[in-house]
Amino acid sequence: MSATAPALKIREPSYINAAYTAKSWLLTTDHKRIGLLYMVAITFFFFVGGLAATVVRLELLTPQGDLVLPETYNKLFTVHGVIMVFFFLIPSIPTTLGNFLVPIMIGARDMAFPRLNLASWYIFMVGALFAIVALIGGGVDTGWTFYTPYSTGFSNTQVIPMAIGILIAGFSSIFTGLNIIITVHKMRAPGMTWFRLPLFIWSMYATSLIMVLATPVLAMTLVLIAVERTFHVGIFDPALGGDPLLFQHLFWFYSHPAVYIMILPGMAVVSELITCFSRKPIFGYKFIAFSSIAIAVFGFLVWGHHMFVSGQSIYSSLIFSSISFAVAIPSAIKVFNWTATLYKGSISWDTPMLYALGFIGLFTIGGLTGLFLATLPVDVHVTDTYFVVAHFHYIMVGSAVLAYLGGIHFWWPKISGRMYPEWWGKVSAITIFLGFNLTFFPQFIAGYQGMPRRYYAYAPEYQVMNVLSTAGASILAIGYVLPLIYLIWSMREGEVASDNPWGATGLEWQTESPPPTFNFAETPIVTAEPYQYNPDGTFTPQTTLSVRQIKKEVAA
Amino acid sequence: MLGLPIMPDSASTLSGSVDTLFLVLVLLALLFAVPVAGLIIYFAVKYRRGAAVNRSNAPIENFKLEVTWMVIPLILSMGVFGWGARLYFDMFTTPKDGMDIYVLGRQWMWEFKYPTGQRELNVLHVPVGRNVRLTLISEDVIHSFYVPAFRIKHDVLPGRYTTAWFQATKPGTYHLFCAEYCGTEHSGMLGSVIVLEQKDYQAWLDQNRMNTGGVIAENTSPGTQTAVTAPTQTMAQAGAQTFQHLGCYVCHRPDGKGAGPSLVGVYGKPVQLANQQVVLADTNYIRDSIIDPNAQIVADYPPIMPTYAEQISEDDLLKLVEYIKSLGSGTEAPPEMINPTGGMPQPGGSSGNQGSGAQDSGAQGSTNGDSGGSDSSGNGNSGTQGSGGQ
Ligand code: HEC
Ligand SMILES: [Cu+2]
Ligand SMILES: [Cu+2]
Repeated sequence: MSATAPALKIREPSYINAAYTAKSWLLTTDHKRIGLLYMVAITFFFFVGGLAATVVRLELLTPQGDLVLPETYNKLFTVHGVIMVFFFLIPSIPTTLGNFLVPIMIGARDMAFPRLNLASWYIFMVGALFAIVALIGGGVDTGWTFYTPYSTGFSNTQVIPMAIGILIAGFSSIFTGLNIIITVHKMRAPGMTWFRLPLFIWSMYATSLIMVLATPVLAMTLVLIAVERTFHVGIFDPALGGDPLLFQHLFWFYSHPAVYIMILPGMAVVSELITCFSRKPIFGYKFIAFSSIAIAVFGFLVWGHHMFVSGQSIYSSLIFSSISFAVAIPSAIKVFNWTATLYKGSISWDTPMLYALGFIGLFTIGGLTGLFLATLPVDVHVTDTYFVVAHFHYIMVGSAVLAYLGGIHFWWPKISGRMYPEWWGKVSAITIFLGFNLTFFPQFIAGYQGMPRRYYAYAPEYQVMNVLSTAGASILAIGYVLPLIYLIWSMREGEVASDNPWGATGLEWQTESPPPTFNFAETPIVTAEPYQYNPDGTFTPQTTLSVRQIKKEVAA
Repeated sequence: MLGLPIMPDSASTLSGSVDTLFLVLVLLALLFAVPVAGLIIYFAVKYRRGAAVNRSNAPIENFKLEVTWMVIPLILSMGVFGWGARLYFDMFTTPKDGMDIYVLGRQWMWEFKYPTGQRELNVLHVPVGRNVRLTLISEDVIHSFYVPAFRIKHDVLPGRYTTAWFQATKPGTYHLFCAEYCGTEHSGMLGSVIVLEQKDYQAWLDQNRMNTGGVIAENTSPGTQTAVTAPTQTMAQAGAQTFQHLGCYVCHRPDGKGAGPSLVGVYGKPVQLANQQVVLADTNYIRDSIIDPNAQIVADYPPIMPTYAEQISEDDLLKLVEYIKSLGSGTEAPPEMINPTGGMPQPGGSSGNQGSGAQDSGAQGSTNGDSGGSDSSGNGNSGTQGSGGQ
C-alpha cells in the first residue's frame, strides 16, 4: 500500500536551490527558508546561553566564590536565563520546525501571511540586537524573572535595553502565533479535516493560542518596569507606593503559560516520532489532541503556584495548588498514550526515536517533580532552591531540547535533502541523555537539602552534588556540540536522502526532499487519516491524489 | 526523617511532617514512573523491529483505559493536594501563643529584634520547644527567610509585614539563607539560627539582660560570631519615645481627647472605617496608618493625620507597632525577657475605639516598664511613665 503520488512531484528546483544569493535568503517569504533563518539565529543564541551556563557550572565546582566576581556571576545566570528562555526556547520549535512544517503538513503552499512571517524574523532579530546591546553594555543582573523592586529601583545594570529586547521579541512571537493559527484555519488542503491533522499541528495550534494570548501581558509588564525605572512612577516599588506582588502576578501570568509554549511543541514532535518509529497509528489520537488544548487553557490558571511563599493569601495558594494538580492530568494522558503506542509496534531505534524515548523519560521526571512543587508545604521548603532549578530544566531543557533535536534529526532529510550520520546521531542522543541526568538529578537532592538558587558561593555540604552536576554538564556540552558539527558536515557530505526515508505518512513526506518552493507541484487532496502505519513497514500516506488529477479524471 | 543521608537536618515541629509528605510523593512518583519506564523499555525491546512476536490486533484506542488513567491520577493527586493543604494551613496560621521576634532584611544582612530590646545581626537565638512568631519586613528589595532545617521559607517584602512561625525541636545551629535573589551579595546574606535548651536560652538572656549595657560578643555557642546588642529599654519603651518624638501624642491621647482616636486597645480589634468597611487592626494596619494615613480613615475622624513615610525608618516603625501593641495588652506583667505582649488580644465586639481606649488607659502603666531613659514628657502618654521597669 505504500503508494505515493507521483503527480505531486515534478523535479523542479528545491527551495534551497531556487536561488543562492544572500538577498534571496534575507528577503525570502518562503516559510521553509524563514524557518532556516530562525534556526541559524537560535542556534547561535543557544550556544551563547550555553557558554554562560558553562561558566556558572564551573564557578559552582567549589563552595567558595573563586572564579568570577559575584556581580559577574549574577549577570551570567541572568544572561543564561534570558537568552535561553526568550531567544532560544520560546522560538525554538514553533519558528523553526513549525515554520517549516505547518504549511507542508496541511498541504498549503506557504503560511497565510508570508511577508508577516519574514517580518517576524526581522522583529525577532531587532529584539535580539537589543539584548546583545544590553550584554555588551554591561549585562543585566536581575535574573530572567526581573523581580521588582530590585529590577526597577536597585539594579544598576542594563535592565531597560534588555526589557525592550524581550518586548520586541515578544511581538515576533505574537505574529508567528497569529500566522500559525490563521494558516491552520484557512489553508488546509481539501480533505484535511481537523481530525486528520497531524498531532504536530494540534500542538502548534495550542502553542500559538498561548503565544497570542499571553505575550501581550509580558509586553505590558516590561513597559511598566521601564516606566517605573525611568520616571519613578510607583507601580511595583512600595517605596513609591507600588506593589511588588503585582509584578509577580503579571510576570507569571505570562511566564507560566510560557512554559507550555516551550513544552507543547516538544510534545508535538514526540507524538510524530513515536508513531512513525513504532509503525503503528498513535494510540488515543483524540485524547492527545484535546490534551494539548486542555494544557493551553489550564496553563493560564496556575500562575500563582510560583508565589506560595510570596505573601499571597492562603486561599489563593490553595486554589492555585489544586489547579496545578489538575493541569498535570493532560500531560499524564500524553505519556500514557505514547507508551501504549509502543505496544505491539515494530520499533526501530533510530536516532529520532532515541530522542523521543529520552524525552518521555525526562518529561516524566520533570512533570512528576512539578507535582512535588504543587504540593503546598513541600513547595515552601523547596521553592527557590535547586529543586526548582532541576525541575524546570528537566522540562525546559531535558524535554524541550531533546524533542527539538529529535525533530531536527527526523526532518533533517526533508530540510537539507541529506541524511545525518546515524552512528553519530545515536552517540549524541545517548550522551545528551546521560549527561543531562548527571547534571540535573543531583540538583534535586541539593535542593531538598536546602541549597538556594542563584548562589555563587554555597555551604560546603552541597559540594558533592555540585561536583556531580558540573561533571554532568561537561558531558552534556559534548552532546550538544556533536550534532552541530555532524549536521553541518552532513549538508555537504551526508548521504542523499530519498523523499520519504522513514516511510512516514504525513504530507511533508509525499513531496520531494528538499521540497520545491511551493511545497507541492499540485495541491494535494488528503485522503487518509494520519498515522496509518502497519507493523510490516507498509503505510497509507495521507494523500495519493492531487486536485489536478481529479480534474483530469473528471474531464476524461 | 528515616535517617536518609541525603535528607537535611530536621529540627522543627513541622519538618517531620513535610518530610513524610515528601517521601509519600517520592513513592507515588515511583509508582507512576517505574511502570511507565519499565513498559517503555519492555516494549521497545520486545517489539523491536525484526523481532518475531505477535503484533496482530494492536489496539489504537480504548476509551475505558483512557478514563482509568485520567481518573486514578486525579484522585491520587487530589488526595495529595488535601494533605498538603492541611499542612500548609498549619504552617501559615500563626499560633496564638509564643514569643515574637521581628526580622528586618536588608541588602545583605538580617537583623533580629526582640520585643525585650535585644538586637542581633545574622544570628537568631531561640529556645527549643516554644513557638517563635516572626514578623518580617524588608528595608529594600524582596528577600526570603529560609531555614532548611525547619522547612520554612517566607518572602520578606518591602512595605508590608509578613509573618511566619516555627517551633524548634532540637538544639543546634542551623543555616539561615536568603532564598529570594536580592542583588550582588544574595548568596552572602546568610545567618544562623541557634536553638538552645530552655535553660541555656535563659542563661543567654541573662547575659544579655537589660542594663548590662553595650555589645556582648561571642558568649554562647562556640564558633558563631554573634554580636548581641544588649538593650537599655524594651522595644515598646523605645516606641513610646518615638511616639513622643514624632509628635504622635499630640493627637493620640489615651483619653481620646486629641484630634485622633486613642490608640489604647486598638491592636487586634476591628476598626470601623469611614468608608463603612471594618478592618482588623493588625500590624500591617498600624503600619499603613502611619505611612499612608489617608488610605484608611477611621470613621468619625477627619483625615488630618500627616504621613510619616518620609521621616520614619522600618526600625522605628517596628518600635511604634510594638508600642501600640503593648497599649492593648491589658495587665500583662512588666517586660520579662520573653514575650512581653502575651497572646493576641481578643477582638472586641464593637468598633467604638474611643470608648474602649478610655477604659484601657489605666493598664498602660503596668505594661511598659520604664527604664528611666525613655522619660516621656508629653502629657498624652502619662501611662508610659508609670512605675519603673523590672
Ligand atoms: C495631626 C494629628 C495626628 C498626628 C500628629 C498623628 N495622628 Fe494618627 N491619626 C490621626 C487621626 C485624625 C486619625 C484617624 C483618621 C485616620 O485614620 O486617618 C489617626 C489614626 C491613626 C491610627 C489608626 C487608629 C485606629 O483607631 O484605627 C494609628 C495607628 C495612628 N494614627 C498612629 C499614629 C502615629 C504612630 C503617629 C505618630 C507617628 C500619629 N498617628 C500621628 C491624627 C494624627
Ligand atoms: Cu508555573
Ligand atoms: Cu537574597
